[in-house]
Amino acid sequence: MFDFGIITSWIDNLLRVEWGIPNFWTLLIEFVLTGVVFLLAYAVLALILIYVERKVCAFFQCRIGPNRVGKWGLLQTVADMIKILLKEIIYIDRSDKFLFFIAPFFVIMGSILAFFALPFGRGLHAIDFNIGIFFLLAVSSLGIIGILLAGWASNNKYTLIGAMRSGAQLVSYELSAALALMSVVVLTGSMQLSTIVESQAMVWNIFNGWAAIPAIIGFVIYLIAGHAETNRGPFDLPEAESELTAGYHTEYSGITFGFYYLAEYLNMFIVAAIATTMFLGGWMPLHIPGWEAFNEVMDYIPSVVWFFGKAAFCVFMALWVRWTFPRLRIDQLLKFEWKILMPISLVNLLLMAVCVAL
Amino acid sequence: MKSFFNYIKSVLSGLWNLMLGMKITIINFFRPKITEQYPENRSKQVMFERFRGELIMPHNAANEHKCTACGICQMNCPNGTISVISKMETDETGKSKKVLDKYLYDIGSCIFCDLCVSTCPQDAIEWSQQFEHSVFTREKLVYQLNKEGSKLAEKKKVEN
Repeated sequence: MFDFGIITSWIDNLLRVEWGIPNFWTLLIEFVLTGVVFLLAYAVLALILIYVERKVCAFFQCRIGPNRVGKWGLLQTVADMIKILLKEIIYIDRSDKFLFFIAPFFVIMGSILAFFALPFGRGLHAIDFNIGIFFLLAVSSLGIIGILLAGWASNNKYTLIGAMRSGAQLVSYELSAALALMSVVVLTGSMQLSTIVESQAMVWNIFNGWAAIPAIIGFVIYLIAGHAETNRGPFDLPEAESELTAGYHTEYSGITFGFYYLAEYLNMFIVAAIATTMFLGGWMPLHIPGWEAFNEVMDYIPSVVWFFGKAAFCVFMALWVRWTFPRLRIDQLLKFEWKILMPISLVNLLLMAVCVAL
Repeated sequence: MKSFFNYIKSVLSGLWNLMLGMKITIINFFRPKITEQYPENRSKQVMFERFRGELIMPHNAANEHKCTACGICQMNCPNGTISVISKMETDETGKSKKVLDKYLYDIGSCIFCDLCVSTCPQDAIEWSQQFEHSVFTREKLVYQLNKEGSKLAEKKKVEN
């Protein structure tokens, strides 16, 4: 299987040894390069995800979806992006201008930081913390600050109600999401993402013998809780159109609205990517113990294809759920978390501990 | 203990019901899409047979129609959409006869109620599937249904 580490170490070698650039400048150039590549990937992935969402939504509703701009409407989201970049940013009278302006950056920074720490393939991992999954959970819940700030600074009752709902929702669902991921940490004995992926080289966590049962339950719980954290689907109370016009981003326009839009779709991808890494083996190909020839064939498929394929499966699950179920009421939402998901994920964690101990 | 089992039961039945909903949507996801791509498929676009697009008067190859200018359609029309203008013609035997001069149909006021077609004793008029009627002025919506120089088709004598 191709190791992307070859490319990165070749660039590092080129800068340090061949061109003899000092350590500080080498690091700076590498940081800038990585940042540009990741930001480009972030934007392109958001465009692809928005297109996929619109197409899948249309197919669930027996429509065709965007099909005018480019072949099968492929350039539709590019056109939308150009439109949103050209739009005027409207500042609201008697709103808190500074907080109003800074709020979208909190939201997008939360998702960009989480995006940077994901393992995309063999050797394609920007930062490999020894507390990787802890870092991901921490930064992906940073976006709530931006949402609360946006709700407060807009000086509008809809945005404030939307932001308060979003706060209650995130605080609740963060618990069961973390507990579901914790079951994998118990199984692997590590919080480092590379170790977690390596440990699934032979079998993915959801096929891992007796530990598969708590792993599958954890997978489903994480998908539900992660879906709720992205404020989408049946859990989209913070932006319930029929009640709150658009919730916390009602007053935003132009690219400031675009940031919320981008962050929403990328958060969906990040949830899918975390679920992939923790439960579906990350970029590891499908290996079945004993089937040597089969494993050889699977190794020829690049690791990036495995990663994005599995993430696409999780994204499709999220879209499927979103376009199937009606929106929950706020009391149903909290009841669902505190009376159903939380107890199940606690029992699941215990079950996983028993499975590991046996 | 009983409430605990009820809790488990409600969770499982809820999960089952959610799966049922997801099954229905995934069936819809793979269902073939029947959206018409209208301006592109203009050449292939076929309306269904019962569609009432506009009123026409079929003419045969010899430029003959079946309208005897009896005026029943004009009388039945609730909006005054149809006006049958007839003239008197004298044939070679000296018998004068009422024939159709102009059959005017104003599609701008037509409600497509089908009273004219269903009451026509000669089946001289019928519906076509043409539906692209937009024009720039209202006057253009008045169509003359009988063609220039057309005349009444002679009825074939029943041989017996």
